[in-house]
Amino acid sequence: MDKTGIHPGGRPAHVDVRGHDEPHHEELGWWRKYVFSTDHKVIGIQYAITGLLFLLFGFTLMMIMRWQLAYPGRPIPLIGQWLGQDRAPMGIMLPEFYNQLGAMHGTIMVFMGVVPLAVGGFGNFVMPLQIGAPDMAFPKINMASYWAYVLGGVTMITSFFLRGGAAQSGWTSYPPLATLPIANGQTMWLLGMIFLITSSLLGSINFIVTIVQLRAKGLSYMRLPFFVWAQFVTSFLLLLAFPPLEAAGVLQLMDRLAGTSFFMPSGLVLSGRPIPVSGNGNPLLWQHLFWFLAHPEVYVLILPAMGIVAEIIANNTRKPLWGYKAMVYSVTTLGFLSFIVWAHHMFMTGMGTTMSAFFQTTTMIISIPSVVILTSLLLSLWGASIRFTTPMLFALAFLPMFGIGGLTGLPLGLAPSDIHLHDTYYVIGHFHYVVAPGTIFALFAGIYHWFPKATGKKMNEVLGAIHFWGSFICINIVFMPMFIQGLAGMNRRMYDGGALYTHNAGLPIKLNLVIGIAAWSLGLFQIPFIVNFFGSLKWGKAVDRNPWEATTLEWSAPSPPGHGNFLTEPIVYRGPYEYSVPGAAKDFSAQFEPEKAQA
Amino acid sequence: MNIPYTVDERPDTGLTNGKLGIWLFLASEVMLFGALFSTYIILRVGAPEWPHGELNIWLGAINTIILISSSVTMVMAWASLKMNDWGKHRLFLISTFLLAALFLVNKYFEYSAHFATGELPSHSTFLAIYYTLTGLHGLHILGGMIVMAYLLGPGAKMWKENSDQFANRIEATGLYWHFVDLVWIFLFPVLYLL
Repeated sequence: MDKTGIHPGGRPAHVDVRGHDEPHHEELGWWRKYVFSTDHKVIGIQYAITGLLFLLFGFTLMMIMRWQLAYPGRPIPLIGQWLGQDRAPMGIMLPEFYNQLGAMHGTIMVFMGVVPLAVGGFGNFVMPLQIGAPDMAFPKINMASYWAYVLGGVTMITSFFLRGGAAQSGWTSYPPLATLPIANGQTMWLLGMIFLITSSLLGSINFIVTIVQLRAKGLSYMRLPFFVWAQFVTSFLLLLAFPPLEAAGVLQLMDRLAGTSFFMPSGLVLSGRPIPVSGNGNPLLWQHLFWFLAHPEVYVLILPAMGIVAEIIANNTRKPLWGYKAMVYSVTTLGFLSFIVWAHHMFMTGMGTTMSAFFQTTTMIISIPSVVILTSLLLSLWGASIRFTTPMLFALAFLPMFGIGGLTGLPLGLAPSDIHLHDTYYVIGHFHYVVAPGTIFALFAGIYHWFPKATGKKMNEVLGAIHFWGSFICINIVFMPMFIQGLAGMNRRMYDGGALYTHNAGLPIKLNLVIGIAAWSLGLFQIPFIVNFFGSLKWGKAVDRNPWEATTLEWSAPSPPGHGNFLTEPIVYRGPYEYSVPGAAKDFSAQFEPEKAQA
Repeated sequence: MNIPYTVDERPDTGLTNGKLGIWLFLASEVMLFGALFSTYIILRVGAPEWPHGELNIWLGAINTIILISSSVTMVMAWASLKMNDWGKHRLFLISTFLLAALFLVNKYFEYSAHFATGELPSHSTFLAIYYTLTGLHGLHILGGMIVMAYLLGPGAKMWKENSDQFANRIEATGLYWHFVDLVWIFLFPVLYLL
């Protein structure tokens, strides 16, 4: 392989020399510039803001659910009266509405919040800058993928206002429940998913082509920042895992609209009457197709977060990442293995012990590369004089939080212990530790870290610290008690928290009140972030190109970068994390600085 | 601002952006149809009985020949561009388009014959997977026709401005078209013969 990645025959097509820091104006109207833009930075910010709004919306749904769990059957304060007769008569939540909130909370957080922010937002904004590209390889397709995402989001949200409400079969949409005629919002859910899948497919093709084709001179694969590697593997997961869910979505749509029975077995009886379907379908098939996507999707959620954390840790420890190569090999291994672990979500379905044995083995194997990455990040801290900036606080918190999330996953990956823990609050605690204080904290870290690059202003550190410590404490009080509840055997997805079910007698139901209070406080602690976000746009400290004294290419572009990104063609001279190089004049040797400047 | 390697190949990868993009798209399409074929296998293996001889083998065979011929004309359309023969290129691309249309007309007659006897998707699992697979494949044919119509109509003027890029577009369309053809070559035996 070409060691340096320098290709003498290559057209110097990046060259777009302008002698000043002013963004280059191609006289586009307001609509083309900010709404229907093809600039990857604008699209990245659009994705990020839309994703953040969906995160807030999905979080609000959860706060409403938590009221019902903490105080079953009591009228919801403030917004209860606005919810309407078919959702919450007299402000008291109906079970059907609780189910809608549950299904939509999951769908919104995963497909419309975290992934668009982590991949669409950070991937779009940061990745082309880090590889020295003027834009994504297909700018128009990039715009199309954002708008497909918006259409999908609007479809999902409007389903709340239809007769019968939104989908209520969980984010997993298992048939036969999801196929039954009563679940009207399910059709909208499926249509929305098809838009979201289209968006992801277009985006992932664009990302892969950009990374393969548009790397700057000298930027060989082993000089790529780890964040780019994470996005690269993530894109392959999206590209290859989503189409089977699209196929499954089409089949479920056929079941719902054309009366087929792909997922409907013969002899189903509903309310004492047989369901008129042709039968011979296979409900397990849906679960296989769904989890074939949804397990790689877990890595779609976590890999960009690991990428962000790696960038921030290297930058704030002022040291090279410990074991960069091992991390790169691990992330690619994770990508491959994530395709062969899906059925560990299905140990309870009676698919057979041979299948279970296979999938629990692969599941144990896949924990190895995850641990390699996490250990490398942890060892990177060793002996560093750490800068405790706000992004670093969030990045540091990511390590133990993801650690807890990962380790509590092991008992779920083994069939015998999973049978006890399946469908309890333990599962909810486990995957939320991975995604909420794990991924979402990493995303916050990324926002604080790259905000100066996107806006030219730094965010406030005091508000950042309040946001961090408040969120860190509250989120642990939310999720830690769920392990206790789950181990005690408390089932999830019960609309009153289990108060009315006899098998929950003696279980720690009272913890629901603690969790509820922590969840609402967590909501309050997001206010400093919102104030900081908008306030810093106006009053934030103006910064130059490289406020964090970082080494990767995005910090060689103006803050904010203009159309076309770089003022001169970026050339890469060294690896991504050359901090504290012995003998160098500064404690960081940027990828874009020639050797001579170092002497 | 220009995006590099839209027309020329990047030396160390040997690819243009568009070519890599279309191959990745086809990879995702393999996964889409792969999932549907797996569905077919699982449903058929689990079924107590599986109907035979419900489809018109002759119409299916004719459609197979039509699609294979359209793949040939598609290659010729690209090859004649490379040999700078604009007239032949138009002729072959129009033939490809017409063959695709003929395929859909045949499919229409097949579908309506089934509808006339009340054989809707809800009739049996076999017909359900038949309609889903061929319907999705038909949509792919339609998508290909829309792209070809664009390249025959408003897209054709690029030949004068940037002949290399136009040839690349025809090549990418061809790759997609061969894939759609290939899917049918699997569909025909699986649905009509086995």
